Amino acid sequence: MSQAAQNKSVQFESVPSIDIDYMELDDIIADEFNNDKENLIMILQAIQRCYNFLPRPALAYLSTKLDVPYSQIYGVATFYSTFSLEPRGRNIISICLGTACHVRGGERVRERIEGALNLHDGETTEDQRFTLETVRCIGCCSLGPVVKINEDMHGHISYDQVNKILDQYE
Amino acid sequence: MKIQSVKDLEQIREEYSKRLYYPDAVKVNIGMASCGIAAGAKASFDRAIQEFPNGNGIDISQTGCIGFCEVEPLVEILGPGKPRVMYKNITEDKILETIQDYNENNFKKKWILGQMRDPRSFLEDDIENPLAGVTPLEEIPFLEEIPFYHKQVKIALRNCGYIDPDSIEEFIAKDGYFAFLKALHDMEPKEIIMQVKASGLRGRGGGGFPAGIKWETCARHDGDRYIICNADEGDPGAYMDRSILEGDPHSVLEGMLIAARGIGSNQGFLYVRNEYPLAVKRLVSAIKAAERYGLLGDNIAGSDFSFNVRISTGAGAFVCGESTALMTSLEGKVGRPRAKYVHTVEKGFRQNPSNLNNVETYANVPVILLKGADNYAKMGTTHSKGTKVFSLVGKIKNTGLVEVPMGISLKDIVFDIGGGVPRKKKFKAVQTGGPSGGCIPEQFLNLNVDFDELTKVGSMMGSGGMIVMDQDTCMVDVARYFLDFLKEESCGQCNPCREGILAMHDILTDICAGNGKEGDIELLEELGMMIQKFSLCGLGTSAPNPVLTTILYFREEYEAHIRYKKCSAGVCKPLFHYEIDEEACNGCTLCAKRCPEEAITGEKKAPHEMEQKKCIKCGICYDACKFDAILIK
Repeated sequence: MSQAAQNKSVQFESVPSIDIDYMELDDIIADEFNNDKENLIMILQAIQRCYNFLPRPALAYLSTKLDVPYSQIYGVATFYSTFSLEPRGRNIISICLGTACHVRGGERVRERIEGALNLHDGETTEDQRFTLETVRCIGCCSLGPVVKINEDMHGHISYDQVNKILDQYE
Repeated sequence: MKIQSVKDLEQIREEYSKRLYYPDAVKVNIGMASCGIAAGAKASFDRAIQEFPNGNGIDISQTGCIGFCEVEPLVEILGPGKPRVMYKNITEDKILETIQDYNENNFKKKWILGQMRDPRSFLEDDIENPLAGVTPLEEIPFLEEIPFYHKQVKIALRNCGYIDPDSIEEFIAKDGYFAFLKALHDMEPKEIIMQVKASGLRGRGGGGFPAGIKWETCARHDGDRYIICNADEGDPGAYMDRSILEGDPHSVLEGMLIAARGIGSNQGFLYVRNEYPLAVKRLVSAIKAAERYGLLGDNIAGSDFSFNVRISTGAGAFVCGESTALMTSLEGKVGRPRAKYVHTVEKGFRQNPSNLNNVETYANVPVILLKGADNYAKMGTTHSKGTKVFSLVGKIKNTGLVEVPMGISLKDIVFDIGGGVPRKKKFKAVQTGGPSGGCIPEQFLNLNVDFDELTKVGSMMGSGGMIVMDQDTCMVDVARYFLDFLKEESCGQCNPCREGILAMHDILTDICAGNGKEGDIELLEELGMMIQKFSLCGLGTSAPNPVLTTILYFREEYEAHIRYKKCSAGVCKPLFHYEIDEEACNGCTLCAKRCPEEAITGEKKAPHEMEQKKCIKCGICYDACKFDAILIK
């Protein structure tokens, strides 16, 4: 194993170990998606729904099941912005930075949230409470600037409401 | 029941048009697209259902996007022999009172958006107006006459906000699937393509390629042909495709069925954006319903024609809106575009001929067959026929989805329909075409909006996002914003796009931070032209547009940023500061109360003062002041 690869695996060890339910993976891969390589993206989405991120052992297993090289799966998992290879927080904050929200002050809301949680785009708080993500347009332009937390939409957010909204999530 | 002929459809139409137009009881339609739900429609719906669990003479129903997003949740109520009334801003706390008021003929003017004069759409002008015998309410405007709806013509959005998207029967009641059965039983595939060609329908996804020619070319190539629907609506600020899928999924399926019949295909795919879970849910339910009625599947309506549709969800990559990238992504791979020496109509998905259109394009197709290509082609301009849906957003009074005939002036859209810029601010520009488009300044407000006219001024139609900008929008920052978006979304395959966009973004970031230098503008222009010429796919070749058009029309803003280190819009933080105008300030204390840093002090009724060191330029005071006493310096 090369030095770089070793580093990678060491880094991986630091991720809290997750029990992978291989039976469940089989259900997803075989029953729901027919062992079909073309469904790779949707299979990854289903795995992410189960674990909140893409655990690497699950990807390795997927690689053997679908007979798709691990490199290719890794490529897909890192190309598309939906996927996360790191565990994500209990609450996912999606700040909309679509054009309409941008011209209505979305950037200021982002600054405020980043400041309040000391996080940047794609990061998770140490206590796993929040993961911060930016998204480009969720189509609720009339409510802009919009922040989506989990499934809740918060519209017309002003800079000074941010803390109050964040406090609602444990 | 499996539909076999038009007669079966007619039977369903008769039964369910009653529910749409002549209900036995009071019917409450609540607009429940994603935007309505975000504004509180779901809570209103749940409250109403809880109150009237078994009906009790009230029929609570969901519908799609009613269009006027600014005043959502929108609720429409109709009853036997009574006017159809559209209520605005009906949140959870108001819904029961609204229903009760309607029942008791007590119409609160303040809560009402308008009443309907004629609920028939463009399609059904051959039936009698269901409201013909109803006495209209006094002093309540007709919806058709209020400025937001007055100039609109609904074709793609014909059923959005009228029918329950989960009810295939209501879709049939609005002439749904009639066009498809006509295409299946009474038309030769060639005839279908001829009709679409004659209608002049151009792709609504951005490029504006004539749909009929695409279909014809695809049908000419042999192989397992595929019909693909691009529902990966990635343009920030555009959400018409989502609204169609959420409000009228069957119209898209019907359009795909007609395309499949015309081109000769047995398999369709819908590539839907992952951020649209409700659209996926409604599509799944629509496909199941269509299968139940035998309108999808094998041997449709007793013919030898079979067609199946599968949904595939995207995973958040803007570049997958590009046809070759989308098809690669459908194959479960990394969605990178390829050079199009061979077009996808010849070799696309699985190396087979594939026809790709977007949601709005397919939604237009049934109307063309039903009303005739000539009728459709009567609307619009010489080279752009029919209507286009725009999402009118940003600094605009009436935010919403509007469908207008091609050729309408920009001014009509922004000022008549949109109501202009709120808070007496000054209009600056309108951005069309998303990250591939450009900013159109005030001098072109009389421009007749169609594919070609928008291209002439350096922008493009795109998927129809129209973002209005006012004096508080910095054009340099907007250009930087789009490049920031594109640098994330570039697939990284070709150098001009990957490195070029990054280089342009760095220059713009410097300018916005006050580190711009002479020659930057020229360098941006040079880089822009290089990227346009040498990029592999449409994402790259159009990426510099937002920068080049803002330089073209707002060069003085760039120069002010670079030479005088000033951002007059008050966006680029290092380039401005706020000051209080002592003469305008009347000491209302609002700014001081809201300032999160306590940077503003002063006595009541006396001009306030601002401590520059404490100010973080968050803009709260500027937005809060009702007397224009906070100045950008």
